[in-house]
Amino acid sequence: MSDVIAPPETITYREAIREAMSEAMRRDDRVFLMGEDVGRYGGCYAVSKGMLEEFGPERVRDTPLSESAFVGAGIGAALGGMRPIVEVMTVNFSLLALDQVVNTAAVYQHMSGGQFNVPVVIRMATGAGRQLAAQHSHSLEGWYAHVPGLRVLAPGTIEDARGMLAPALDDPDPVIIFEHVGLYNLQGELPEVDGSVDITTAQIRRVGQDISVVTYGGSLPKAIDAARELDELGISAEVLDLRVLRPLDKEAILRTVSSTHRVVIVDEGWKTGGISAEIAAIIAEEAVWELDAPIERVCTAEVPIPYARHMEQAALPQVPTIVAAARRLVGR
Amino acid sequence: MTDNEHRLHLLEQMLRIRRFEERCAQLYQAEKIRGFLHLYIGEEAVATGVMEVLEPDDAIVATYREHGHALARGLDPGLIMAEMFGKVEGCSRGRGGSMHLFDASTRFYGGNAIVGGGLPLAVGLALADKLSHRPRVTAVFFGEGAVAEGEFHESMNLAALWDLPVLFCCENNLYAMGTALERSESQTQLTLKAASYEMPAWEVDGMDVEAVAEAARKAAESVRAGGGPHFLELRTYRFRAHSMFDPELYRARDEVEEWKHRDPIEQFRERLIGEGVLDDEAWGEIEDRVHEEVDRAVALADAGTWEPVESLTRFVYSEVAP
Repeated sequence: MSDVIAPPETITYREAIREAMSEAMRRDDRVFLMGEDVGRYGGCYAVSKGMLEEFGPERVRDTPLSESAFVGAGIGAALGGMRPIVEVMTVNFSLLALDQVVNTAAVYQHMSGGQFNVPVVIRMATGAGRQLAAQHSHSLEGWYAHVPGLRVLAPGTIEDARGMLAPALDDPDPVIIFEHVGLYNLQGELPEVDGSVDITTAQIRRVGQDISVVTYGGSLPKAIDAARELDELGISAEVLDLRVLRPLDKEAILRTVSSTHRVVIVDEGWKTGGISAEIAAIIAEEAVWELDAPIERVCTAEVPIPYARHMEQAALPQVPTIVAAARRLVGR
Repeated sequence: MTDNEHRLHLLEQMLRIRRFEERCAQLYQAEKIRGFLHLYIGEEAVATGVMEVLEPDDAIVATYREHGHALARGLDPGLIMAEMFGKVEGCSRGRGGSMHLFDASTRFYGGNAIVGGGLPLAVGLALADKLSHRPRVTAVFFGEGAVAEGEFHESMNLAALWDLPVLFCCENNLYAMGTALERSESQTQLTLKAASYEMPAWEVDGMDVEAVAEAARKAAESVRAGGGPHFLELRTYRFRAHSMFDPELYRARDEVEEWKHRDPIEQFRERLIGEGVLDDEAWGEIEDRVHEEVDRAVALADAGTWEPVESLTRFVYSEVAP
């Protein structure tokens, strides 16, 4: 025994997910990982690197490029008593499996009159910022959040990257986890061992009085940076991290709006028909009298994500655009 | 059961499906059943023959034309009828209807109405069995129309690549809704598609229940023994329209009549009479028994209740806390 306290270890978002998966697989024989290049290649974003060596090819299972079949097979294996983690390379590719997610996983419980549930976890990368252009960069989590029967998670912190998987695997129903590509290299302190977190609530990441910034996933660090800049201007911003996109923690949204009376919604999805539209509608329906200013939304421009770096960056929500929106609301 | 008792059982199973569905058609006209109703009449030998060789622990994944599969698997006809009436006593609590019959106790996984959508699911059920070292078979039924779907090819490849215990049962009734096979496939010999995945594949006379049962037995035994997935092309014909809304503009009346000469029930009945296994009296008893059973099913469905609207949003998420 040593009484020297070790300095807190740092870990990346990517490593946090890997640790969570490895731990789940050590703990429960029913858990396995499958997807394109998760084994020998180590995962296209290197999330599962090294797992093949520990768990072998039966449990870290490389699949052909057959999104519909391997996502469907994950659903079937879940029905057959396993606890699969299915990795899809990006949300853009997941559209090839949309039938299985929306027409099977999400409805099985309901159309069987409660007889069958589907405890599958589907992980995928989402978002832009790496110059991957219009077929690898979109933020379509709002589409999934539209569908009853699914639970949709968007970890925006190391703690959530590490802690959301265990409760997702314990959930009797299908859970989709969106990992923003811009967060994989995020570094932070290693959360407590067994740092399981809840997968039902939104969390205040920064307390403030003048304005609420409601966001999630890849936009969370931008929102926090914006809040710091606003602080220097004498504007105190509260940052609410949604974390769970379905079912939305409506109470938390209404609470922060009722406390600051001004809100900026930051969403890397497009405005039209997206998550930001849903949040704005909830506020308009249930807290319109709390507002001292119109709702502001900072979203991705309504274009497919372009390749050229300056164009891509111009399309996305950025710290200056969030700051500008906040300043418009307080008139400073 | 002696061989002959077993053959009479097969005949009765097919007749059960036929009479049940004839009643369904009437009840549709009477507006007791609504939505889409796809009848299996003409194809009874397929579900009857395949289901006969499966064990209670095996899994079944079927299509939207699945009344026959559900009945042959042993689901209570009353619960199926109640489902079609939309009653809470139905096998899916009235949430599914004709296209979504489910039963956990017999491992009957629907009732899947996206063409080809059930195949990946079957691959996954079989993967779970393989990973858990359970000697089970997953039988998945689909029409020849599904062969044009990407999910068919992805699933066949995955099952063969991973050597999974799936019995692929392709019910080739020659028409995908109204599109004839030769109008939708560049290669109409379907077993060649299975062969391209290195999968054993046999063509079977789907109008002959004994031929179906024999082929299915051989295939299921091999699948169960670790022989990997097998593919059966069961050649059959739908005597009725695709659904209740189909004026049948796409096929000739003569063609339908010609196939009706090969009625699986009539053919088998004549064979059993010819061999002295069945006589008119025994046939009459079977008819009476099935008739009473269908009557009871309708009575149960009629006496069923409507789920209170207050429970509308149940069964979206499981009712145990995560």
